[in-house]
Amino acid sequence: MMPQSNVMVTAPLKMEREAELRSLLASMNEVPGKVNPANLLVPFEKFEQLHFARFVILQDQTLEDIHTAYGLPRVDYPLALAFIADVDGTADDFRNDLARRAADGLQRIFSCCQGFTPGEDPARWMKDHENPAAAMYKNWRGRTVRQIHEENALRLALEAHLQSNPASIAGKTQHQIHQALREFVHVEALAGRLTLTDPPPTPFGWWLQNLIHFIGVPLLLLLLTPFLILYLPVFIYQLRSREKTDMEIAPPVGLSYEQKLARLEDYDVTNQFTVMGAIKPGLFRLWTMSFLLWVLDWTARHIYIRGHLARISTIHAARWVFLNDKKRMVFASNYDGSLDSYMDDFINKVGWGLNLVFSNGVSYPTTNWLVLDGSKDEQKYKYVLRRHQLPTEVWYKAYPGLSAFDLKRNTLIRQGIEQSDMSDHELRQWVALF
Amino acid sequence: MGGAFLNKGNMPSSVDYADVQGLVRFGFAKMTEACYLLLRIKDPAAAREWLRSAPITTAEEKKPLPQTALQIAFSCDGLEKLQVPDGVMAGFSAEFRLGMAGEENRSRRLGDTGANSPERWQWGGSGNVPHAVIMLFAEPGWLEGWKQSIRGKSWNAAFDEIACLPTTDMGGVEPFGFIDGISQPEIDWAQTRKVSINGDQLQYGNVVCLGEFLLGYSNEYGRFTDRPLLDPQERGSEELLPAADQAGKKDLGLNGTFVVMRQLQQDVRRFWQFLDKASNSDRDARYKLAEAFVGRSYSDGGPLVPLSKAPIPGVGNSGNDAKRRQDIDRNQFTYDSDVDGTRCPYGAHIRRGNPRNADIPGETKGLISHLIHILGFGDKNVRDDLLASTRFHRVLRRGREYGTKLSPEGALQPAPSDDGQRGLHFVAVNANITRQFEFVQNAWMARTKFDGLTEESDPLLGNREAVPGCPFTNTFSLPQENGVRRRVMDVPQFIAVRGGAYFFLPSLRAVRYLCKIGS
Repeated sequence: MMPQSNVMVTAPLKMEREAELRSLLASMNEVPGKVNPANLLVPFEKFEQLHFARFVILQDQTLEDIHTAYGLPRVDYPLALAFIADVDGTADDFRNDLARRAADGLQRIFSCCQGFTPGEDPARWMKDHENPAAAMYKNWRGRTVRQIHEENALRLALEAHLQSNPASIAGKTQHQIHQALREFVHVEALAGRLTLTDPPPTPFGWWLQNLIHFIGVPLLLLLLTPFLILYLPVFIYQLRSREKTDMEIAPPVGLSYEQKLARLEDYDVTNQFTVMGAIKPGLFRLWTMSFLLWVLDWTARHIYIRGHLARISTIHAARWVFLNDKKRMVFASNYDGSLDSYMDDFINKVGWGLNLVFSNGVSYPTTNWLVLDGSKDEQKYKYVLRRHQLPTEVWYKAYPGLSAFDLKRNTLIRQGIEQSDMSDHELRQWVALF
Repeated sequence: MGGAFLNKGNMPSSVDYADVQGLVRFGFAKMTEACYLLLRIKDPAAAREWLRSAPITTAEEKKPLPQTALQIAFSCDGLEKLQVPDGVMAGFSAEFRLGMAGEENRSRRLGDTGANSPERWQWGGSGNVPHAVIMLFAEPGWLEGWKQSIRGKSWNAAFDEIACLPTTDMGGVEPFGFIDGISQPEIDWAQTRKVSINGDQLQYGNVVCLGEFLLGYSNEYGRFTDRPLLDPQERGSEELLPAADQAGKKDLGLNGTFVVMRQLQQDVRRFWQFLDKASNSDRDARYKLAEAFVGRSYSDGGPLVPLSKAPIPGVGNSGNDAKRRQDIDRNQFTYDSDVDGTRCPYGAHIRRGNPRNADIPGETKGLISHLIHILGFGDKNVRDDLLASTRFHRVLRRGREYGTKLSPEGALQPAPSDDGQRGLHFVAVNANITRQFEFVQNAWMARTKFDGLTEESDPLLGNREAVPGCPFTNTFSLPQENGVRRRVMDVPQFIAVRGGAYFFLPSLRAVRYLCKIGS
């Protein structure tokens, strides 16, 4: 299996160059919300290891909330640029590749950030400004961009074959259909019209590290359990007293901000989503959130690796990242459908999970016992999300037109093609994938 | 704040039907004549003058039945023209204020691109949004007189008539020839429905909370949908009742709701001629394919899947015995009996429009099974949990057909040079336009990825516009038992949007408020 990595570079802007940066980023789009994948600054399409990428200016709209809700002084963090990417292979390889093939573009973009000296090595600089994710979710661990393209070509070829040769399947059993399609793929592959590359071997070091993580986290949890149980009554007291007093801040966003966000959305079947906000003050919330993200990250690395995160199957990738000494958090995701259906999915399918993490953020709708209510206050929850959302200036997806379910179907079709024999039940399900 | 204001302890008040416009409760079926007057307000004072004595029909049951009815609804522009203060307007939802055609993003989501683009609309596009719609309904022979009589003294000074959209009584079928308006949500007028805020509803039901269709009442989330709430010192607010969920506020939305209007032009000839070609001019195959597109039987409106043995709450509960029987025959079903889509294709119009699912799929008997499902591990089939829960996305349909009726056989003939237009004035009632109408139109009708499908939109409503990265958007899949699906290719666009707008359907009290302000 190909190990995958994620990159998130953040750096404060040079204030005097904000306008320049904004126009540079805008020049990477055909229209706002629709990237030019071959743009001259960072020609994303040339990077065959790149799944998703975005440039976003971190301009928190809710800086006043910490004062409104807790009377603490407002902190005016400098605007920052974030570059986010999900890639196959190691982050180092990607940074080096990017620095080599998009050198001029990166120089121009990063020159607008503090601490970047024109001429310096962007790869090194990106590494120094990396912001590791507290938790990271990927829809299908190990599935590479190359695999996605090959499997999509496979499905399209099979669909076209079925469509133009109806006689080849008429009256045939599922077993015969399976064999006929395997034969077709075999011929196409020999003729060089279809390629299904075998997954690369898993590097031993990565495998070992993954295994240690897989065993280590539960082991540590087990060791901690007695202490956690002892702490539980105190935790409940701390939680409940906060839940009763924490303030919700949930007005709808103004029409102009609403339009600013909306005009970037719904060009592709997948959309980008970037939100940021402050974490509730005090160690209790920070530790609760850190602990839950630690557990979430473990489940996303070892359990939710095949097409769904709990009941949600529309997220391609998502990350939770702490910023500014864990005073603030960014959540960034790539999801299928419109924002409204994404939020409905969230509320109705994993409302409890959202509450667990996001209720530790300032302004979130009131929860009870950490998992109840909160996001179930539908309209408030949607307003809170929209209020914390940032316009994603540049957003790239390597496989436009394909939803997470499409990718899953294509992978299952390929798995069926590569299997010489299946049970009747498996065959039935496989044939129904077309 | 938070959940504290829910109907805990205090009983919900019963609905004052005299304050609600009749459309929310009745379809005015006996009044087979109808038209929609699209208006712009010339002079707000004159408009208010007319409004003061407007014969608005309420939701009260009257005996004998009235022979005519009038309903009025205002767009955002219309309310602004009537001088509703900015602070009050800010209490309306963003989609209502921006309008159906107000943003390119909304047009993308609703499928209003290409031939459906608002620039091509006859009404409702930029600069052409009506301020108000007056819906007139009458028993046969009464409409023309009713239209004249409602105008009154101040009418000419008050309004410019942009259009008078006529309708046709096609005898209960829509222009393609299928029985229309078969399935409607059963509104819980008595407010006895209990929704659990944190729990899942495990069965599909057709009874829907009043708050989904009328503002000022609890909705399917157990909350009140946002609407403008006024301070008591605000001008005109003495006409309004207090808000049930916020002490000290007056409720402008209470007993009002939103109306979505879309003029859908149906190319009936293209529809039947395409089906004829796709079925090699075999008459039975042609009707069978049409039924697969729609998801219901052409002859009797029954579903393509077997009826459920167990009753469904809200199906077959009202009317006389014959009505109940008919409702059961047509609506006592879900798609649990057809997870393979071999009887009713996944993409059939009525399966898209109302997937009839519960909050959580599959068998969830017992706590452990429920927990497994919640964590996302209970699915048996690859498509098991792809759809959103239906109960949050229902709309009440009150549309009427227009144009000359054409039989399916007549539609196979070439069009005469004077062939008229025909279609549906789609009218939907809902309290939250984005979560109800827009969601259904976007995620279920227009989206080519609905329910694990790819490369196809709604067979009737889809615009077939290209989706970047997808080779087609114009197919229709018919899953087959024990075989590979059959795929119909090159399905053209049959329905074009010709106009549309979002309106606020005020309560009678809110109408009195509108008469008070500005003057």
